Amino acid sequence: MTDDAESPAAGPRVADLWTPLRAATSARVGLGRSGDTLPLGAVLEFQHAHAKARDAVHTPLDAEALVEGLKPLAVIEVASQAADRSCYLRRPDLGRRLDPASKPALEAAGDGFDIAFVIADGLSATAVQMHGAAMAHAAAERLAGFAIAPVVVARQGRVALGDEIGEALGAKLCVMLIGERPGLSVAESLGVYLTYEPRKGRRDSERNCISNIHGKGGLTYALAADKLAWLAREALRRQVTGVKLKDDMALAAPDAASLIEDVG
Amino acid sequence: MGAYRSDVGGERYVFADLKELLAKASPRRSGDELAGLAAETDAERVAARYALADLPLKTFLSEALVPYEEDEVTRLIVDGHDAEAFAPVAHLTVGGFRDWLLSHEADAAALATLSPGLTPEMVAAVSKLMRNQDLIAVAKKRQVVTAFRTTLGLPGRLGSRLQPNHPTDDLRGIAVSVLDGLLYGVGDAVIGINPATDNVPNAIALMEMLDALRQSYDIPAQTCVLTHVTNAIEIMNRRAPVDLVFQSVAGSEAANRGFGVDLAVLKEAHEAALALKRGTVGQNVMYFETGQGAALSADAHHGVDQQTMEARAYAVARAYDPMIVNTVVGFIGPEYLYDGKQIIRAGLEDHFCGKLLGLPMGCDVCYTNHAEADQDDMDGLMTLLTVAGVTFLIAVPGADDVMLNYQSLSFHDMLYLRSTLGVKAAPEFEAWLERMGMVGPGGRINELTLSDPRMSRLLDQTRRVA
Repeated sequence: MTDDAESPAAGPRVADLWTPLRAATSARVGLGRSGDTLPLGAVLEFQHAHAKARDAVHTPLDAEALVEGLKPLAVIEVASQAADRSCYLRRPDLGRRLDPASKPALEAAGDGFDIAFVIADGLSATAVQMHGAAMAHAAAERLAGFAIAPVVVARQGRVALGDEIGEALGAKLCVMLIGERPGLSVAESLGVYLTYEPRKGRRDSERNCISNIHGKGGLTYALAADKLAWLAREALRRQVTGVKLKDDMALAAPDAASLIEDVG
Repeated sequence: MGAYRSDVGGERYVFADLKELLAKASPRRSGDELAGLAAETDAERVAARYALADLPLKTFLSEALVPYEEDEVTRLIVDGHDAEAFAPVAHLTVGGFRDWLLSHEADAAALATLSPGLTPEMVAAVSKLMRNQDLIAVAKKRQVVTAFRTTLGLPGRLGSRLQPNHPTDDLRGIAVSVLDGLLYGVGDAVIGINPATDNVPNAIALMEMLDALRQSYDIPAQTCVLTHVTNAIEIMNRRAPVDLVFQSVAGSEAANRGFGVDLAVLKEAHEAALALKRGTVGQNVMYFETGQGAALSADAHHGVDQQTMEARAYAVARAYDPMIVNTVVGFIGPEYLYDGKQIIRAGLEDHFCGKLLGLPMGCDVCYTNHAEADQDDMDGLMTLLTVAGVTFLIAVPGADDVMLNYQSLSFHDMLYLRSTLGVKAAPEFEAWLERMGMVGPGGRINELTLSDPRMSRLLDQTRRVA
């Protein structure tokens, strides 16, 4: 990456002007000009950020590596009805439904679980690859007293896929860790959605969400896991998630309906 | 009612009703496929177009796609229809209407007179029989002029919205992005912020900052914080500086309910904004955004294809004499418009339908990171729309909206369009750019140097306001 000062079209003069102003915003201000258009450095920087975001959307989940990272936690692998990425992007409805072939393994896993963790690729398998296992460990540690189901790793999954998975496991609470829609500044952000009594047809307003878990100024694992554990305990104690849980909450966690559209 | 038939190449195709005929005649797009409305094959799509071409245009006056009794948008369309204005084309089929629109007889005056006689369903239907070239050629002929502090829509002009969004609504961060845009001569359509937090006190803080910036730079432009219309009403009651009132709208009563609005609340807001009399060269005070897929995503599309539902949103917009309207064409995601081809097509359709219905139609030429699109596709769409005479385009610093996490146009793109296609900003704004010493030979926008006193003044004011 070259900065403005090094590109032929924008001399140090422009950099001087913008340096103090840039601190106020992450927006791409003061890029300078080549004639009427962008200097090449800015064009390439943008293309690189877009490429990273696209790669995050399209790189398939390396489930093997994720399962390895989740050890010693037991894992069940499942898939949605979206057969591939192209289908997943066109048919959000299929990404919310469980592949029938995945059902027996869930039903055989036993029952009586308080919490089921589901890790789904969502719109950024990169996010899940980077943060999924670490977040699951951090959360499981904080919730050690509860009956926790084997961790479910789901391919081509959207948030509501957790409803069917949690229902098949007979879990009281589903905690879905999912890759969020990549932006140009952060392509590997993880989101968490908690749903009490997961079953098909749950509305987004019945979930709580923790967003922006990533290493570029986002929530740290420790902070996110603290919030997650607090929400999980409260959800199980009060037998509810969603708007009703948010209302009394000291920690700032938005309800899911306002955030869920991208990965929902 | 009744089935429509089409015999093409020795095969018979049957379409159960008008909704199915329109949906299957639509160019392929993921939203109609998601809704289960799209043609099964390319051949069926063309067969539907044959049948649609033979349909009398006046069919749309007797057959409602969304029931009149259930939907106030349908009632608005039907009750507001001007039969006299419709008379010149009343005898035509949809196919005949396509030919008439492209004829030399259909000039700017004829199209302007016709607008109140057209329904959204008619313009959506005819657009399905038109190639991209046709959509451009006809839209180009339809001039829609609106005014507040600038005059938009004049021949040879291209407006721009300066969109200085910030992830936490930081006033100084927003002011820096405004300054950046002004240095490219962007902002004559509106300087408009999407707030990260949508509540009344926050919106007032943003409005007051924008208004102070506008006054200190003495810019002939209108500002807007794109807060919910009910917030805008409350804000006007509190006497904060509201230029344009914004609202997202869609093509059915149920979809608008999903946005938390109905026609009555839009009317209330429109009247309140008019009463402020803040415009200097005109009194168009409303700003609407729309986008294909909005009705379907709210499960409020009534089995109607997404492009027809989008055109119905324009019937809502035109009831309030807006200053500007834009489609957020690639924003809603690939499940509605999958790739650059679909986004470009939809952008041209939306502009054509909006203009034909008499709207000052603009576009947010944009895409998300999970769509199959990139800046090359945006280069194409912005160039095509400017050739088509689009009222305005949206631009953000470096094409990257750091609050909404999607890509739009860069301020630079407005310079490219001006120099390549010879278009200019609104006359009032252009005069301001000249006063600022920013207009160079051939109408180019100069870069102000740091040593220029006007530049230091701009910088000082940015520091003072935020």
